This record gives sequence, C-alpha cells and structure tokens, in this order.
Amino acid sequence: MKYLAQQAINALQLGSIYALIALGYSMVYGVLTMINFAHGDVFMLGAFFCLLLIAIVPVPFWVALIVVMGATAILGTLIERFAYRPLRDAPRVSAIITALGCGLVIQNTTLGISPYARPMPHLLDNVTYQFGGLTITTLQIIIIGVSVGLMMVLDFLIRKTSFGMAMRAVASDRATVSLLGVPANEIIAITFAIGAALGGAAGLLYGMAYPVVSAAMGITVGWKAFVAAVIGGIGNMRGAVLGAFILGAVEVMTVAVLPSTYRDLISYSLLLLILVIKPHGLLGKPTLHKA
Amino acid sequence: MTDWTKSRYLPPVVLFAGLIITVILPATGLLNDYLQFVLVSVAINAILCVSLNLVNGWMGEFSVGHAGFMALGAYASAILTVKLFPAAPDILLFPIAVLIGGCVAGLAGIPVGILSFKTRGDYLAIITLAFLMIVKSGLENIPYTGGPRGLLGIPRLTTVAWAYFWCVVAFWVIRNLVYSKYGRGIAAIREDEIAAEAMGVNTRTAKLVAFVTSSFFAGVAGALFAHQLQFINPSSFDILKSTEILVMVYLGGVASLGGSFLGAGVVTILTQCLQPLGTWRMVVLPALLVLLMLFRPAGIMGYRDWNWLKPHLSLKLRSKTENKNENGKETVS
Repeated sequence: MKYLAQQAINALQLGSIYALIALGYSMVYGVLTMINFAHGDVFMLGAFFCLLLIAIVPVPFWVALIVVMGATAILGTLIERFAYRPLRDAPRVSAIITALGCGLVIQNTTLGISPYARPMPHLLDNVTYQFGGLTITTLQIIIIGVSVGLMMVLDFLIRKTSFGMAMRAVASDRATVSLLGVPANEIIAITFAIGAALGGAAGLLYGMAYPVVSAAMGITVGWKAFVAAVIGGIGNMRGAVLGAFILGAVEVMTVAVLPSTYRDLISYSLLLLILVIKPHGLLGKPTLHKA
Repeated sequence: MTDWTKSRYLPPVVLFAGLIITVILPATGLLNDYLQFVLVSVAINAILCVSLNLVNGWMGEFSVGHAGFMALGAYASAILTVKLFPAAPDILLFPIAVLIGGCVAGLAGIPVGILSFKTRGDYLAIITLAFLMIVKSGLENIPYTGGPRGLLGIPRLTTVAWAYFWCVVAFWVIRNLVYSKYGRGIAAIREDEIAAEAMGVNTRTAKLVAFVTSSFFAGVAGALFAHQLQFINPSSFDILKSTEILVMVYLGGVASLGGSFLGAGVVTILTQCLQPLGTWRMVVLPALLVLLMLFRPAGIMGYRDWNWLKPHLSLKLRSKTENKNENGKETVS
C-alpha cells in the first residue's frame, strides 16, 4: 500500500510534466487542427535555455522559470510566424511536414552545439520530507505545484477571459471569426506562445527532476507527451491533462513491474488500443467533416 | 512507319541491359566499394521512397511508420540468413530471404490497412507512429535478435545487381498498380473518399492493396538494407529513418514515380556529399524540406511524371492516331 502510494507520487510528478507539454500540442491542434511536431523540441530547448541562463548568471529558480518561459514563448511565436503561417491555407500534410522539419532542425542544431547529454545543476535545495512513511521531496512538490498552478491559470484563461473566448471562437471557425473582427492571426500567435511557454516550463522542470539534459529529449519525452494528448483526445485541454496523468501512471507502473525497456512498448500499445476503441481519444469529439 | 523508340520491346530490353551492366560493372573493378555502396543506397532508398509514395502520395495519407515495415523486413530476412540457414547457398537463399522479408512486412501492413478504414488524416498518422514505436521497442525486447544491440554478422549479399533488380520490380509493380483500375481508385480516395465510394470504388480493398503493397516493398528494402550494412539494430529504424524517407518523398514529388527516384537520388547523394558536416547534415536536410514546403509544396515533380514512365496507348489505338497525323489532321498528343 505504501509502495503504491509512493509510486502514485512518482506518477503524479511524471504526469504533470507530460501534461504541461501535452497542453501545448492540444492547444495548437485545437486552434489550427495541426500537429505541431516541433513542440517536443521546444520543450527540449526549454531545458537548454535554462542551462545557458545558469551558465551566464546564476539565478534563483523562479527567475529561471520566468525567463525560460519567455524565451520559449518567443521561439514558439517565431516558428509560427515564419514556418506555419505561410502554410495556413496549404494542404494539411505540408504543414505537418514543415513541423516535422522544424523539429528536426531544432533538434539537430542543438545536437550540433551540444553533442553530449549535460547534467542539470541544482536550482533548489532539495529537502526530503517524510509523511507517514512516504517520501516526498521539495522538487516533487514544486514540480506538481507549478504544473497544476500553470494548468489552472490556463484553464481560467481559456474559460473566463475574452482572450479565451476569442481562442475558442478561432478554433471553431476561423473564417467567420475573422469577419467578425477578431484578430485571428494574433490569437493564433498568442496560442503558440502560451503553448511553447508551457513546454519550456516543462523542459526546465523535467531537467530538474531527471537531472540530465540531452538533445534527444524532444523525441523521447516530447513525443510521449504527444501520445498523452492523443489519448485524452487531441484538441481538448482537459483531455490532454487526463491523458498525461494516465500515461504517467501507466509508465510508472510498467517500470515498477516489468524491465524499463518495456515502457515504450506498453505506452504506445496503450495509444493504439485507445485509438482503436475510441478513434478520437477519451474526451475528444469526432469531427464531422473528414480530414 | 514504326518508331523504334516507341516499341513495346524497348523497356524490357533496356532494363535487361541495365541488369547485365550492373552484374558486369562491379566485376570489372571500375566501381570501387564506395561507389557501389552509394549506388546500392540509391536503389534501396528509391524502393522505400516509391513504396511510401503509394500511401503518402497517391493515396494522400500521412504514414510515418515506413521504417517499422522496413525493420520487419530487415529482421525477418536477417534471421533467415544468419540464424536459420547460415549454410544455404547464397544465390538461392538471398532472393527467398528478401521475398520473405517483404511478405512479413506486407502481412504487418494488413492490420494498419484495416485500421485505416475508419481512421484518416492525423489520427492515421498517429496510428502509424504507434506502429513504428511498437515494432522498434518490441524488437528491443526480443533477446533472440540481440535486443537493443541488434543482429551482427549478416552476410553481405546485397550486390548492385540485386538492388537494381528489386528497384526495377518495385517501380514496375507500383507503376502498373497506380495506372490500373485499383490505382485510379487509390487516387480517388486522396481526392475525396466519400465521392470515390459513391462512384463505386471499393475503398477498403483499395486501401488494403495500397498499404500491403507499400509495406511489402518497405520490407524488401529493409532486407536489402540489412544485407548491405551487415548489421541492424532497432534504433536504425526509428522515427528519424521514417523522416528521411519522408524527406525523399516530398522533395522528389508526391504521386510521381520519377519524383520518387529523383528524391531518393538527390537525398542519398546529398547526404554523402554533406558527410563532412557531421551532425549538421541533419540540419541541412530538414531545413531544405521546410523551405521546399514553403515554396514548392508538392515537391520537384509533384503529381507529374516523365512520359516514358507512363503507360502508352495500346498499339492498335496508337497506329490509328498516327495515321491521323499522317493524313495531315490535327495532332493528337
């Protein structure tokens, strides 16, 4: 029982990082119905930006978090402006390929600059607390707290503000919304910025939790988050969070029972299984027109 | 007046001559090992490219799982040549191994094809991605094939001639498929699935045929690849490999035989030329792809083809049109 509870905490930690990344995938898909394959690499760059920042000026955690989120937000907007916007009305496949290409460019540029995995320096004093036999570290509390906090801010933003309303409107019908005077391009750019900022934050948190940062992170972790977004129903924010926590739990349990090499096998089989049973994910709504 | 360039015997003669040349040329020593390696790579990539083009170009889906089919073909054939029949004569074993590699991959194409009945677009892309990851991490967990370390000591059986032969077979089969009734059905699915179904295209059969053919040739290419490199491991068939094939397809041109060949040739040779750049090579290629998508989304030869690759009118019809021309009437192209 205690063991199970301990694993649950680990699952929450992994799940909340996945959720932050998955939200970025899901937001962009919701607004543009486009899979932003470069998002995993933006997540990876978040960790690298943090390394860079600490190498230049040793800053406390909160400052690093804000700077990294700002930097990835700018990067996300730039990618949208120069790679995706020109293709807005092109066939969808072109946009997907461009996204894949952008991701590979980012990943391999990082690999060219930093060929080896780097250790992440400690940003926080990591204190271990004991609660009735359960071990929980400051780091875990901060990771789960920051993630849940950011998700709540995002949920508030989308559901309660005029920006959120505009974003949902753009998602449901871009052409009409533009006619009604909503600046669709700005809304889409801000969506990308928010998604990328969340990804960057996740990169930083992941780097702190599993203190090795490598260029392959965008694929190994980023794509996992994409799987989470699809499991929950891509395009649906709450679905992305749900999918992320399910995936986190499944992965932690898999590693607890089987050798860790089975992790990918199990999580991708889960993805396939869910897509076969519910082709649009757990909370996703089927689209009326075929893609 | 018969024009020998339009003779129906010309293509087989030229192709057979090509086969003879590829058999003789390496034996003369004019081609060093490196050139042979590049030629074989071009042929293997051309097979991968044309087979992926069947699904991504002609059928208009987006499959990222091609490296998974390739892996199945590579492993199936390598198990035959390394584990099961290491003593069998190569000349007999190799074609059978390649064929079986193709069949294993083709069989794996059936479930993916069936899943594509209901799922399309992005979700199908995700299914192929999941397929690829399952194959890769599945292979990593099979101790019989060496797990993540992979299979070593595969005999080097892929010669220029074999690569050429399979490349011709792949192009021939896929050309005949896409210009046949089924092929028109496949292209109709790309344009509008519902309309295609309404016009009497059996979309399920067409999808299944496309997926199975495509994965069969991916398996063949994988088998050739394994016996060229003499070493395979699961991570040689990851998402990067798929992306590499995607680059070739979309660079060369979607739904185009000539484009597939061009894309494979350009990318393979460019990769070799950019070898000194090391990791940066993989920056240049995707960047090229992004630029291409921005400025020429259908690739170099998208939806077009060289005339000599298209099937001509039958001889009877052709002689009629030629007679017309000689009578001084309007030219019929």
